[in-house]
Amino acid sequence: MATHTQDSGRAPSRLSLNDPTVRAIFFQVLVIGGVLALAFFLVSNTLDNLERRAIATGFHFLDREASFGIGESIIDYSPKDTYGKAFVVGILNTLKVSVIGIVLATVIGTLIGIARLSSNWLLARLATGYVEIIRNIPPLLQLFVWYQVITESMPPVRLALNPLPGVFLSQRGITVPVPAADPVWTWVFIAVLLGFIASVIMGKWAKIRQAATGQPFPVLGMSLVLILGLPLIAYVAGGAPSVMDVPQLQGFNFRGGLVLSPEFAAILFGLSIYTAAFIAEIVRGGILAVSYGQSEAAAALGLKRGVALRLVILPQALRVIVPPTTSQFLNLTKNSSLALAIGYPDLVSILNTTINQTGQAIEGVAMIMGSYLAISLSISLFMNWYNKRIALVER
Amino acid sequence: MAGHVDTASSTAAERPPALSLGPIGWMRANLFNTWYNAILTVLIGWAILMIVPPLFRWAIVNAAGFDATSPQCRQATGACWAFVNEKMRFILFGTFPYAEQWRPLLATAIIVATLAAAANRRFWKPWFVAVSLGALALFGVLMWGGVLGMTYVENSLWGGLPLTLILSVIGLSVAFPFSILLALGRRSTMPAIKAICVAYIELIRGVPLVSLLFMASVMLPLFLPTGVNIDKLLRALVAFILFEAAYMAEAIRGGLQAMPKGQYEAADALGLNYWQAMRKIILPQALAISIPPLVNTFISTFKDTSLVIIIGLYDLLGTAKAALSDPAWRGFYREAYLFIGVIYWCFCFSMSKYSRWLEQDLNRGHKR
Amino acid sequence: MKAGILAAAAAAFTFAVAGGAQAGATLDAIKAKGFVQCGVNAGLPGFASPDSAGNWTGLDVDYCRAVAVALFNDPQKVKFTPLSAQQRFPAIQSGEVDLLSRNTTWTLTRDTSVGLNFAPVTYYDGQGFMVAKKLGVKSAKELNGATVCVQSGTTTELNLADYFRSNNMSYNPVVIENNDEVNAAFFAGRCDVLTTDASQLASTRASVAPKPDDYVILPEIISKEPLAPAVRHGDDAWYDIVKWVVYATIQAEESGITSKNVDEHLNSKNPEIQRLLGVSAGMGKALGVDEKWAYNIVKKVGNYSEIFERNVGMSTPLKLERGLNGLWTKGGLQYAMPVR
Repeated sequence: MATHTQDSGRAPSRLSLNDPTVRAIFFQVLVIGGVLALAFFLVSNTLDNLERRAIATGFHFLDREASFGIGESIIDYSPKDTYGKAFVVGILNTLKVSVIGIVLATVIGTLIGIARLSSNWLLARLATGYVEIIRNIPPLLQLFVWYQVITESMPPVRLALNPLPGVFLSQRGITVPVPAADPVWTWVFIAVLLGFIASVIMGKWAKIRQAATGQPFPVLGMSLVLILGLPLIAYVAGGAPSVMDVPQLQGFNFRGGLVLSPEFAAILFGLSIYTAAFIAEIVRGGILAVSYGQSEAAAALGLKRGVALRLVILPQALRVIVPPTTSQFLNLTKNSSLALAIGYPDLVSILNTTINQTGQAIEGVAMIMGSYLAISLSISLFMNWYNKRIALVER
Repeated sequence: MAGHVDTASSTAAERPPALSLGPIGWMRANLFNTWYNAILTVLIGWAILMIVPPLFRWAIVNAAGFDATSPQCRQATGACWAFVNEKMRFILFGTFPYAEQWRPLLATAIIVATLAAAANRRFWKPWFVAVSLGALALFGVLMWGGVLGMTYVENSLWGGLPLTLILSVIGLSVAFPFSILLALGRRSTMPAIKAICVAYIELIRGVPLVSLLFMASVMLPLFLPTGVNIDKLLRALVAFILFEAAYMAEAIRGGLQAMPKGQYEAADALGLNYWQAMRKIILPQALAISIPPLVNTFISTFKDTSLVIIIGLYDLLGTAKAALSDPAWRGFYREAYLFIGVIYWCFCFSMSKYSRWLEQDLNRGHKR
Repeated sequence: MKAGILAAAAAAFTFAVAGGAQAGATLDAIKAKGFVQCGVNAGLPGFASPDSAGNWTGLDVDYCRAVAVALFNDPQKVKFTPLSAQQRFPAIQSGEVDLLSRNTTWTLTRDTSVGLNFAPVTYYDGQGFMVAKKLGVKSAKELNGATVCVQSGTTTELNLADYFRSNNMSYNPVVIENNDEVNAAFFAGRCDVLTTDASQLASTRASVAPKPDDYVILPEIISKEPLAPAVRHGDDAWYDIVKWVVYATIQAEESGITSKNVDEHLNSKNPEIQRLLGVSAGMGKALGVDEKWAYNIVKKVGNYSEIFERNVGMSTPLKLERGLNGLWTKGGLQYAMPVR
């Protein structure tokens, strides 16, 4: 509207459709009216249908006992808990697979992307083959294959492989020993967090100091000392507990330790490997986008190769890489909903069960959509913030 | 590459040329040019030796014959291609009446041929719209039948590759006009229209396709007036159309944004109104730029059609899984997955190659 | 790209917006369209499964056909919609199917908040466990700590949790949506135990297991699973027909009427049989169907015993005994209300 103000100035008094301002308002009212009418049509139909069929509505079911079991959960969960808690378990499981998957996909993708540019002919061809095959096969099919491979290639639980002491590989997944529960671990965790916060603050301070005095500060080294040292101090101060929770075959399954279930492994590897193929292409494109002159210029300035990579090449490549990588992260998160097909209890799978048990499809689907929207928005916001930080500041 | 060969030959000028040229020279330049590359090459070579010969033995040497029976297959240590031979028609065409399966075969061929023709720029003409229209109509006639002596086949019996094509091709074609409107709306200066388009696009792009399929399969019946029913296939199609419209709108928006401002100004200067300017000047150019991303969207859709298995439709992946549940042929999942994997791959790979070629071709046009 | 728009739009439109059915009068709509749309299991041998030619057979399927016979005197006047556990309730609620005959357990919630009306039970089932023989497990009480494969979206999942809880045992569920996938995971060794309705376990063991003899079904039945056809709320006349179709098959067995001898019984002096077979008029009219409805059902589909034995009985791969599904006169639970 604003762009056409000079036009509307010409014919101020006539209210006609030829007046752009009037026309704009007219169209908008028309569209809003249409959308509202559609919404009214759908909502009234739905309400009518729900009432006619006496289907329960509302979110009261969230307080009811879920009474179904969930295979794996980060927090304590039993069938005695409510549907609301089951929903939280689902969200946490989705986040778990998304976060680990994003990290894994980024690492694999970056390696493959660099490998595609390798001067080693064999490696470059292999990486190209990986990208071209993985990208062009539906992820769901890949998940089925991974699940089959994992369940069929592993031995039965009683014949579990034992490659390292305490580590067992079987059809029930990978079981590894973890330190037994002890209050010290809470403190160690807090110490890690403190270390991170301290490192960030130190980084800011070092930057200001370097800008003011020109003296560099070994930020990386000091950060490592903080992040590793503080937890170590907490651990030793807490009495350095060394009791391990070692998995043992009891009855049907391994008890104790940390279990990586076949379902989780299949969804994690399947999604990471699929997404990594896309990230590899993005990384390759990003590196190619930085012109060779930049490396030469850095060398001419006398920068060492590592320093040149860190200070000259990477910041420029990242600018090209980050936006499309964000959408790949979002894709991975959304694709984690395919867990439903292979039995990993993610958000969709648990809400699917909830829909079946309560018959309240609308609430269930709304919860699925709402949760994913929230997760997607958070990832977008974070990556946009990061993107702004590394964006080219034009002067 | 040539530069490396030169360097190698100049540093080793004394040596016979066999080491710097020909296969050995090539290997020195491309496989063993640094110590870490040499290690990598050896490692990769070892891995290939570990994987390829057993794979070859499984797939060819020890495989049971094409007409082996299921017990014979279970005895063989290699692949059971007899499974694919036995189940091929079911995997490709689902529960379509067996004697009539030439119809989906022909229908699939028509769609694939139309797609191939549409890839050629010579056919980017208005009359080609009519041809595609005819092709789709022919597809429908062949699949449904009921005329020309062909028996009527309900769409609940459709499955396999034709279903995959219906969901992707028809879903995309119907979503296309909506996506143009959404893209234009998102760039509109009218705040209400812009807000609605942005909300729609971001909402759809923020949720997984599975949730839209759930909505279509479970909730759509509740949204409609009592008594109006739409069948399962159409419901899945609605989900795909909603989904694709949002993604294609973003691809087209990219094209619109890439248009130089001068084009808009030139259209204004000619006194064209908004729709005339869009139809005659902006959209033809913007859409041409958007074709590579649109093809990529199509590839994603094609892969995503496999998700309809979750709402109980039998697309290519669905029929393969159904074939695997036959007790007589249970367990030959490697062969089944490989077979449909190759089909999916052929479609997607050729389209992605095309999209990359087209992108370069269009860029060349711009630079000229 | 732009090419296909119009054609596609036209094609999509002709994709049969099969509308017009009035939910308030389901029965009228069914009569108007001339067939019953019946929701069945997508593949459960013995209850509902299509053969390779696409013909449906099974106990649930036969009840769909029986209803079609009552209305149209033709067992072919029925169309089948295969439904997953998750899809079945929306399908019946929305009117996509007229009748849900899909081994569905009758529960209070489903009768009320899901909005269903259940016809009499066609199969009294109960949930059981199947394990590999080599585990040496003899009783479900020994299953503490086991990994259990279970299909999502069924009462099975809930009963499983209840059973382990009430016996102070723990378990580790592997919940998969698709029945085939559940079976595949179990036979691949992902789980120690497969749990579902006992009839389904028998069917799975007989037709899916690589070697049926390697697996045993444990003796415990941990739940009541009365499987019954259902219609949605809102059309009592339609509900009555489905209800009495089931009773008619049970009553026919009780009166000794089979598809073979039904014609002889037309001459019966027994007023009960005369009323059932429509020799003395009135019952059909009260129900709003042809007076010969029950005669046609028995003639074209069979009595309860025939339906049972044909689909799941001892001569089939499932080899199920009548057990609870015997007539009340023989110690079972099948009891038809009086036809009068």
